[in-house]
Amino acid sequence: MTEPITLTAAELASRIHAGEVSSVAVTKAHLERIGEVDKEINAFLHVDTEGALATAERVDADIAAGNPPASPLAGVPLGLKDVLTTSGQPTTCGSRTLEGWIPPYDATVTRKLAEAGVVVLGKTNMDEFAMGSSTENSAYGPTANPWDTTRVPGGSSGGSAAALAAFEAAMSIGTDTGGSIRQPGAMTGTVGVKPTYGGVSRYGLVAFSSSLDQAGPCARTVLDAALLHEIIAGHDPLDSTSLAAPVPPVAAAARSGAEGDLRGVRVGVVSELAGGEHGDGYQAGVLRSFSSAVDRLRELGAEVMEVSCPYFRYALAAYYLIAPSECSSNLARFDAMRYGLRVGDDGSASAERVMSRSREEGFGAEVKRRIIVGTYALSAGYYDAYYGSAQQVRTLVTRDFNAAYEQVDVLVSPTAPTTAFPIGERVDDPMAMYRADLCTIPANLAGIPAMSVPSGLSDDDGLPVGLQIMAPALAEDSMYRVAAAYERARDEAAGSALTEHLPQL
Amino acid sequence: MTAKAESMSDTMDYEDVVANFDPVLGLEVHVELSTATKMFCGCPNAFGGEPNTHVCPTCLGLPGALPVVNGTGVESAIRIGLGLNCEIAPWCRFARKNYFYPDMPKNFQTSQYDEPIAVNGYLDVELGDGETIRVGIERAHMEEDTGKSSHVGGATGRIHGADYSLLDYNRAGVPLIEIVTKPITGTGRRAPEVARAYVTALRDLLRAMGVSDVRMDQGSLRCDANVSLAPKGSAEFGTRSETKNVNSLRSVERAVRYEMTRQAALLARGEKVVQETRHFQETDGTTSPGRPKETSEDYRYFPEPDLVPIAPSAAWIEQLRATLPELPWERRKRIQAEWNLTDEELRDLVNTGAADLVAATVDAGAPVDDARSWWVQYLTEQANSREAELAELPITPAQVARVIELVAEGTLTTKLGREVVQGVLAGEGDPDEVISARGLEVVSDDSALTAAIDEALAAQPDVVDKIRGGKVQAAGAIVGAVMKATKGQADAKRVRELILERCGVVG
Amino acid sequence: MSTISRDEVAHLARLARIDVTEAELDTFAGQLDVILDSMAKVSEVAGDDVPPMTHAADVTNVFREDVPRPGLSQQQALSGAPAAEDGRFKVPRILGEEQ
Repeated sequence: MTEPITLTAAELASRIHAGEVSSVAVTKAHLERIGEVDKEINAFLHVDTEGALATAERVDADIAAGNPPASPLAGVPLGLKDVLTTSGQPTTCGSRTLEGWIPPYDATVTRKLAEAGVVVLGKTNMDEFAMGSSTENSAYGPTANPWDTTRVPGGSSGGSAAALAAFEAAMSIGTDTGGSIRQPGAMTGTVGVKPTYGGVSRYGLVAFSSSLDQAGPCARTVLDAALLHEIIAGHDPLDSTSLAAPVPPVAAAARSGAEGDLRGVRVGVVSELAGGEHGDGYQAGVLRSFSSAVDRLRELGAEVMEVSCPYFRYALAAYYLIAPSECSSNLARFDAMRYGLRVGDDGSASAERVMSRSREEGFGAEVKRRIIVGTYALSAGYYDAYYGSAQQVRTLVTRDFNAAYEQVDVLVSPTAPTTAFPIGERVDDPMAMYRADLCTIPANLAGIPAMSVPSGLSDDDGLPVGLQIMAPALAEDSMYRVAAAYERARDEAAGSALTEHLPQL
Repeated sequence: MTAKAESMSDTMDYEDVVANFDPVLGLEVHVELSTATKMFCGCPNAFGGEPNTHVCPTCLGLPGALPVVNGTGVESAIRIGLGLNCEIAPWCRFARKNYFYPDMPKNFQTSQYDEPIAVNGYLDVELGDGETIRVGIERAHMEEDTGKSSHVGGATGRIHGADYSLLDYNRAGVPLIEIVTKPITGTGRRAPEVARAYVTALRDLLRAMGVSDVRMDQGSLRCDANVSLAPKGSAEFGTRSETKNVNSLRSVERAVRYEMTRQAALLARGEKVVQETRHFQETDGTTSPGRPKETSEDYRYFPEPDLVPIAPSAAWIEQLRATLPELPWERRKRIQAEWNLTDEELRDLVNTGAADLVAATVDAGAPVDDARSWWVQYLTEQANSREAELAELPITPAQVARVIELVAEGTLTTKLGREVVQGVLAGEGDPDEVISARGLEVVSDDSALTAAIDEALAAQPDVVDKIRGGKVQAAGAIVGAVMKATKGQADAKRVRELILERCGVVG
Repeated sequence: MSTISRDEVAHLARLARIDVTEAELDTFAGQLDVILDSMAKVSEVAGDDVPPMTHAADVTNVFREDVPRPGLSQQQALSGAPAAEDGRFKVPRILGEEQ
């Protein structure tokens, strides 16, 4: 494995913009890498060779003509989660029901990437409609974790995360409803960021749970994630929940953080998410990795204190009511009438029959399970006890965050209770699968930004562990600053970058 | 099917109904707003058009698409609420009403549930004899319309027995306001009349506000009538039926009356009224049951997460209140005073549905008496012969005012004016377009008239002698001949003047 | 709190228009019981004074100008349709069997 695929997005961009290497060459190198390893990894559902090269050629021509690059990442290849609509490529959401569907419109994120000259290599694998924590719920087969291909890469943005760890793309876009960017980031040793709810437009993001879904950047370094963050974020009049606020200066924060000085920064360790007495199901190696990461932050000058968020212990339950409820409504549109898989239309069956048949065959088990749970939770007799109560818990979780942020600038926890688990281990045990999102869910419920940055390898199984950093709404810059400082200290202490420890594929 | 078996013999005589039962009404009216765009996307809100050409990812319910609220739609909703004397909610939300139906692209309707924008108002409704009844308004809320399905195959092209259906989503997402009355009680035998008068008053109000076309024939105003009966004197309401497909004011009255007689017959036989949706049959004035509801109707409402709450400020509401036009009943009071009408004259005007139209015609520049006579006489005849409401005639007050103006200035005779009105009603365009297309202008060129007059005079020398002898009334025969020769396109008054002139008599 | 029967799962699946198999009914009934049991604790925690939270951001009155925007052509609209005819989406007969 050699350059250019081992370079960071920032390095690639600076070489492309300086004319030292062409975007076409960089794009071809990544396409070749995909050709070599993706049979094993299955990170991509669709590779758009032609479109990617066309974009790269335009960027090269632009630079040759002496024009300034369209963006700081113009010409750099990226993997786009298959839940964002693309008018030139299929958008399947990892579901059989949308097999081969080519949307007649682009998501706002897709449009922004195109305007920035980012080279979209293709669409990445995911749990069906983003429901899952392992990418095993894809109708197109699971994605393998490049650190150990018998294990899951996390999910639901497993394809986006694995593509980075396998050097198939320099950066990618994921979406995060309950941890779907951060948890795969942790399990693949990559950086994943869930922005403030409303920070990145949801227009064209096929909805799983509208009040929780958020697209965000995935990369191998904090700076790369920040650069991509600035490209995709910003107000969008097509999304009513998009925030009319300036994008926080995250790239500058990442650069200043990398100077390694966290003096004056107050960091809170969430006791409810830190194992110990609350630590049911936490892997010992994960807790040790977390504890040494906290030590490192202290060494960088941060003031560390423990903070209690008592209602977090109800967050998982609230999430697994709210998200299925919204999904039961959001996925009703997949009814075989206007698009998508139609089964059983024999000329005599009614529309209703065809809808039910098509949905039965078009959806996988987890999607059906959640639709049924959500249908139940919204039913007349159960609404107050389930959906209504879950929304109240959301208020309580948010109050916990607000109280915590009166004491500290950022909160930290492990990103996930365990490292990557073996493929197949939890598929028949939904509750075990759901617990993978234990630490990441509170941030979605409150709508605050949160990210995962690798905290090295677990000393018990040698697999990557993630450090979660959470910030107040629209204060992504403080989160990036801490992450960048930590990332540098981590590599300095280890004497090498984490990715150098990746096994050869 | 039971609907077929049910016949008029299954109804009770109306006098017996009102002697034994108290009817309770509830009316739900859906109004399509006449905004430029749909409620949640920028597609044009236009009637008709090639199928699936006023659509976008949002109103087609494509995966990933999101709604954004039309601000003008909200303003219309608030103005309607104010016009109905409602309280405007300081904070409200949209909710999703979840049910599957192919004409609904998302399989949920974006609507309002327990947080409507306007609640607790009333509308004063005047009946034919001048009595005014106050109808309570429960709520007015915002929602979106569905697409349209057409059914192919089978015998009738109707939904039953069709081979397949075709869907056009041009109408999907068009803004609707649903206006729901409180239970209307104590109306007794007048219940059908009250129902019609309410819908009429509501229509007039909405038209005056300019928020909707309020065309029942085109579906921009739709009425569902809930009817139940309680034994005379009982405080408890009976089981209600909900009759849909009531597409004209007359049908509102007929549907309520029919339901009263049908339900009374059931109750008299000791049977129960089934709570169900029924459809009004325009042809025979009966209702028939709709399809049975799903095993259990559970819309699983929850707040729409893709839209943020609406919180109209007091200042905004007052600003909208200031834009309210003169309301129909206020206008009636004013015109009665201004036009010096007796109560009875005003009532006639109101009963023919002409009051607002006359007022609008006066506003467009016509004298009151002319406007009244055109609407109350000629146009009312036209409406009656078409079995249409006066307001449903395809002619505007401005067009009527123009005809009146042309008659007054002598360009048209009254007879020609009527022909022009016929042309407008036939869809030939504005009065001036009809005149030029049909060549209807009065022959006012004296030289052209003189030729016709000379011819007529030459043909009847005896009449000429009579005129010259001082019998000026005899000129009428010549006038008739000239009018005949000019096919009526001459101004009779001018013809008469010219005849007298020719005969050397000064008129 | 909940014991969700096989019949209830079948009813929910009907409401959600999913033609679940007999085998799925068995599996889902068991799993839903466990899931809903674990989730039921949300109802124990919040008192009536805690308002429900629907939206992450406290934003109101987001409106669009009432100005038309270009949409899709008929061809684009129908591009993903399983079947189309005369510019319309062609679908199986609606509610055939109930009438």
